[in-house]
Amino acid sequence: MHTEFLMGNEAMALGALAAGVNVAAGYPGTPSTEILETIAKRNPGDVYVEWSVNEKSGMEVAAGAAISGARALVTMKQVGLNVASDPLMSLEYIGVKGGMVIVVADDPGPISSQTEQDTRTFGMFSKVPVFDPSSVQEAYEMIQEAFDFSEKYHTPVFFRPTTRVDHGYESIEIKDPGEYRKITPEGFVKDPSKWVIFPRLSVKNHALIEKRNQELTAVLSKYERNLVVPAAGRYQDGCRMGIATNGISFSYVMDAAGENHPAIFRVATPFPFPEEKAVAFLKGLDEVLCIEELDPVIERALIFLCGKYGLSVRIFGKMTGSVKTSGENTVDSVKADMARFLGEPEKKEDACEDMPALPVRPPVLCAGCPHRASFYAVKQAMKGKKTLFAGDIGCYTLGNAHPLDMTDTCLCMGAGITMAQGVVHVEPDTKAFAFIGDSTFFASGITGTINAFYNQADITVVILDNSTTAMTGHQPHPGTGRTIMGDIVEAVSIENVLRGIGLKTVVTLDPLDLDKAVPEIRQIADEPGTKAIIFRSPCIVKYRPHSGKSHVDSDQCIGCRKCINELGCPALVLDGKKASIDASQCTGCALCEQVCPVGAISGGGHNE
Amino acid sequence: MSKNIIFCGVGGQGTVLASKLTAAAAMKENKHVMTAETIGMAQRGGSVFSHMKIGEAASPLIGEKEADLIVSFEPGETVRQLKFLKEDGTVVTSIRPVQPVSAMIGLAAYDSDAMIHYLKKHVKHLILVDADKALKDLGNTKVMNMVLLGAAVSSGEAGVELKDVEEALHERLPEPLWEVNEKALQYMKSQ
Repeated sequence: MHTEFLMGNEAMALGALAAGVNVAAGYPGTPSTEILETIAKRNPGDVYVEWSVNEKSGMEVAAGAAISGARALVTMKQVGLNVASDPLMSLEYIGVKGGMVIVVADDPGPISSQTEQDTRTFGMFSKVPVFDPSSVQEAYEMIQEAFDFSEKYHTPVFFRPTTRVDHGYESIEIKDPGEYRKITPEGFVKDPSKWVIFPRLSVKNHALIEKRNQELTAVLSKYERNLVVPAAGRYQDGCRMGIATNGISFSYVMDAAGENHPAIFRVATPFPFPEEKAVAFLKGLDEVLCIEELDPVIERALIFLCGKYGLSVRIFGKMTGSVKTSGENTVDSVKADMARFLGEPEKKEDACEDMPALPVRPPVLCAGCPHRASFYAVKQAMKGKKTLFAGDIGCYTLGNAHPLDMTDTCLCMGAGITMAQGVVHVEPDTKAFAFIGDSTFFASGITGTINAFYNQADITVVILDNSTTAMTGHQPHPGTGRTIMGDIVEAVSIENVLRGIGLKTVVTLDPLDLDKAVPEIRQIADEPGTKAIIFRSPCIVKYRPHSGKSHVDSDQCIGCRKCINELGCPALVLDGKKASIDASQCTGCALCEQVCPVGAISGGGHNE
Repeated sequence: MSKNIIFCGVGGQGTVLASKLTAAAAMKENKHVMTAETIGMAQRGGSVFSHMKIGEAASPLIGEKEADLIVSFEPGETVRQLKFLKEDGTVVTSIRPVQPVSAMIGLAAYDSDAMIHYLKKHVKHLILVDADKALKDLGNTKVMNMVLLGAAVSSGEAGVELKDVEEALHERLPEPLWEVNEKALQYMKSQ
């Protein structure tokens, strides 16, 4: 054992390694990404690790490994689970042989996601048991227990941290590589009565699953992480109130509780719910407040148990309006919730009336980002035309911000291409562009492109190829020719994929060359059918350009602000009445040089 | 002794390294450390923060009026985090504003002098760092985080020793970078 300062995601990865994981797969997505990266980085040498093309692929790879007796891990963010839900729903019916842990990182807030969906609810829906850690140290230990549990009951299990556990750091005790478990998989044993899902198998296994999950409510009542912290201090005698909580909220409750608190029930396995433990907690209480993020899972379970066991306890929470129904909890929100419930005086907020207006800092595309140039080129080419700019999920979603204002829709990974088709079927005179990143194209853009080509939709698919998965921290993907283990492999060519589908017009452009790009875009937009433009220019964070930096000749600058007002580049600032360039941010992309009407900006590397 | 510290600034300013070195220094003294920080989309030019608790605690997030120290890379961000500072807490902040793109195109104005004025009025222990001058004096544009961290550690409110921060720095950075970073750590002491 030794101590390390680890991110929650790193701790889960090291926990999985300590549990002897054999195969690990996943798709990047905040806040889950660092788990798989850490498995790759700290791989003792015999673990197979891959970035899968999407979450469904990752889930199926892990399932194949688990039915071969290996310990398998698959990681994703909560919306990724939607993509992987098809294999998951069926996998629960056939079960696994080796332990299989599905880490799904939930994102209360949401901080960097489209939805605030709750994987605990997904656990109930899919009948898959859920483990819910409260801290980094616990995540490290609990994921090892989750592997054992999965193997013992032949079911995949959810491991469901939230952002504050994923991205929190803590100095924790972990095992040395010499202490890791070694698992030697038996291999796949043919048995169609077991591994081939047919209605007959489903009928039999569904009944077994329901029986098992009911039995697990008793088993999990004995799991020491489902615990009741007895009332303390002035609440010790005769207090008939209690608090039920989970995950990071449990940690906030413990910090807020101090020395005086009522009984606290912490639920580590929200499904199957630890019924006996819960009933023991409820008995002797009159009122319970549930403090949890996302869905009222504990609240519903306690209300159900009060009915089932005829207990006269009032359960308060989201459904009674006692706490907020959405968004992230904080130490302060939890403190206020507890104070209100317990009838303690709430801390009054100090009025800070003289506080000056704070700067608003929405995230923006980086200085020199090639996406800015791609959006600007299409915007210029389509000036005055009736257009739709369908967006997608990635850094380029930031193309929605002013002054670019180039994202009219954004739904989920890959939806831009297919939604654009729906729009042009309603309004055929619209010039529809669907913007999608390279990694997202591989993850879920190809099917939509085939749909467009087959159904003859007049749209232009624009692939913003920056040769990396930038938003989640620069993971490789099939187009990069590199794997997570650093192997060099044959790259999948986006051009060949598009031509293979049948697209006749597939044009690759350099977005940083506006003079060439703009007329080409205009011409392609006028062609009928499904066409594609690939804007290829590497991410400037991943591949730092070696070009010179642009600078403004203030004598020539006429102070028209066109560069600032049209590009919104963070390196372009106003110095008095003239434009100026922050050299520490400029990458020399020279886009502003091409936009300046009087040629006052020079020095960038691109057109030299 | 337990300490609650907030590091804040704008994405890309190097708040993370300052926070990591402080954590490493605390661990050299066998203290328990937890942090919570901004990762992901918000890093792209957005407000970033790292909450750090040194000593025993259950959760890494700091509540209002619980921070002993705020180490800030940007005056507007200092004001944003100020509600977390204890009545008698300490603030170490750079006075150089980073203007958001939205301010440049006239969507949201930001008056940094008003921020400094507000801080002077509301913070008892305020250490203002003229980052432009410091970096000029040091002849290096990349060590602002070390100047601020050095000032914070020297204030005694970070709960770690300068020698442990230096040792942590040696473990993380290649030797040619040690001297300038150590000078930056000491800079505010000599002012």
